[in-house]
Amino acid sequence: MPNPDCILLLQAAPRHLIELAPVDLIIIIIYFVAVLAVGFYLKSRAETGEDFFLAGREMSAWIAGLSFLSANLGSLELMGWAAAAYEYGILAAHWYWIGAIPAMLFLAIVMLPFYYISKTHSVPGYLKLRFGEPSRALSAITFAFMTLLMSGINMYSMALVMKVVLGWNIHFSIWVSSITVAIYVALGGLRSAIFNEVLQFFLIWLGALLIPILGLIEAGGWTNLKAEIARNVGPSYTHLWSTLGSFSDNPMGIHWTGIVLGLGWVISFGYWTTDFLVVQRVLAAKDLRAAKMAPIIGAGFKMLVPFIVILPGLLALAVLPMKLTGEAAAVASGGHSYNEVLPLMLARYCGPGLLGLGITALIAGFMSGMAGNVTAFSTVWTYDIYRALIRKNASDEHYLSMGRWCTVVGILVSIGTAYLVMQFLSIMDYVQALFSFFIAPLFGTVLLGMLWKRCTGAGGFWGLLAGTVSSISLWLWVRLDPSALSIIALSSHAQDMAENMYRALWSWIVCVVVTVVVSLMTKAPEPLQLAGLVYGYSEVPSEGEMPLFKRPIFWAGVVLIGFIVLNIYFW
Amino acid sequence: MSREPEKFSIWFFIGSLILIYGILILAAGIRVAIFPPAAPVVLAHLHAGIWWGALLIVFGGTYAYLFRPTKRGQ
Repeated sequence: MPNPDCILLLQAAPRHLIELAPVDLIIIIIYFVAVLAVGFYLKSRAETGEDFFLAGREMSAWIAGLSFLSANLGSLELMGWAAAAYEYGILAAHWYWIGAIPAMLFLAIVMLPFYYISKTHSVPGYLKLRFGEPSRALSAITFAFMTLLMSGINMYSMALVMKVVLGWNIHFSIWVSSITVAIYVALGGLRSAIFNEVLQFFLIWLGALLIPILGLIEAGGWTNLKAEIARNVGPSYTHLWSTLGSFSDNPMGIHWTGIVLGLGWVISFGYWTTDFLVVQRVLAAKDLRAAKMAPIIGAGFKMLVPFIVILPGLLALAVLPMKLTGEAAAVASGGHSYNEVLPLMLARYCGPGLLGLGITALIAGFMSGMAGNVTAFSTVWTYDIYRALIRKNASDEHYLSMGRWCTVVGILVSIGTAYLVMQFLSIMDYVQALFSFFIAPLFGTVLLGMLWKRCTGAGGFWGLLAGTVSSISLWLWVRLDPSALSIIALSSHAQDMAENMYRALWSWIVCVVVTVVVSLMTKAPEPLQLAGLVYGYSEVPSEGEMPLFKRPIFWAGVVLIGFIVLNIYFW
Repeated sequence: MSREPEKFSIWFFIGSLILIYGILILAAGIRVAIFPPAAPVVLAHLHAGIWWGALLIVFGGTYAYLFRPTKRGQ
């Protein structure tokens, strides 16, 4: 869930922040050579559709888990949330903790067995099995369309960051990164994308971990850091929950109900359990246990990401000699904006070599995000649109070839989108909003489909449609009349962040209510149709004979305890 | 799945890349320690490049050794 404001605000930055030494450039070039080598090496492993689109379903829990996390860990995400931490304080960590961990564990323990046992290729594929073709078509077409647009936006964002941070030519960045991604994904398919995502995971941690370590040394430890932040901007910046009792008590202008119900429930569960971009990585696992362990492993590491993203933003509040501002003020004053906080901290502590590693981590993040979008698009296009609606009975070789070609075409469309966004910046704002329209209702549809036997195909379709339409309507309402925000968020103190939370919550409620009402008005599905798709009609293999430390539920419990401890510690 | 696993494990590949990065960063760190730049980074006296490079060499070298091509598996 990238922070969209980061891109728009970077647009106006007038100069670049970092000068690279020759050793830094060598490190970046080695990275490009390495990812291409992975693609060429894995080409021979992509011989069938299952190989290309689901990596042969051979991935271990660790590879699927790290890839599952990396697909979400783009550079825009890193830079955007570091900026948010500077602007809003530790509240930004909610997007990594309550906004991710419970949903990832829920996916692993409750929802994944249905995805995995049904042997679906995709989330729209599950909707077809559970609700029929109309629901799949609605979900697949919107997902494919939005995924390509998002890919183009990510591509443009990367080029923009490279321009702002390094002064690189924007066209050079777009074409070099796109061609590289097109080559390694078209050659090796999902396996190639997953292996590069695992590589990216290590590069991000090794490239970014030095900032909080050195920052804490400079600040004199966490206690001194908190005291310095309290002196500079106020004590509310280092409290996770204690300031959420009122919209007006915290820098984000949000209430705990919005964080818990909007972010922690609807947005988070919608994204982590139904966005095919991340779910696809888990479906590539070699067996059900590996598939269930993958999100748990991902959750364990996700819980630690704030230490390399949020902590640098907080450190900047204490150690940077200048005050960062919004982009408009930064342009007017010739200073720096919030969104430059991560590159500024990188340049503050990292000399030659380390700087190259940090920049490589940013590039790797962008390219993996792009590859994630393209692999998800090619799978949904090939299986859920082309095979379902255009050519039903072609050979596996034909679909494999289609997958390779639509990877290339997908990249080209993404490049076109990137150039379109360059000309008409407001498109980006709309696309980010559009993408969010589908996530919350889709979660309602899939959740009811998996857990409620009485849910019917008509209920699923109309609920999904109604939820999406209500989300769009609420968004339009606030655009046309900004005062509507106080009605949607139930408070006149609500700010922009609160709108997304409450819009998601309302659209999810509409989806669930319509699904339930329509289902009760239509004929109940036959039990035979629901085998392997719904709780109560599916035989999930027992883990009873496994030792405790091998059971996913045990490790989910360990992660959950860590999550609770962190929230209490930073209360 | 009866197919042969990859000849090179992904972990070997990652370990090798990190090892190479460690060598480059360590070398750059030593160079900076011997010839300090006119505008050093904050906490330059800690020589982060040297010990971070050494750490990468140990980490990457260990992975590359443990998952070298004679051993199979992901």
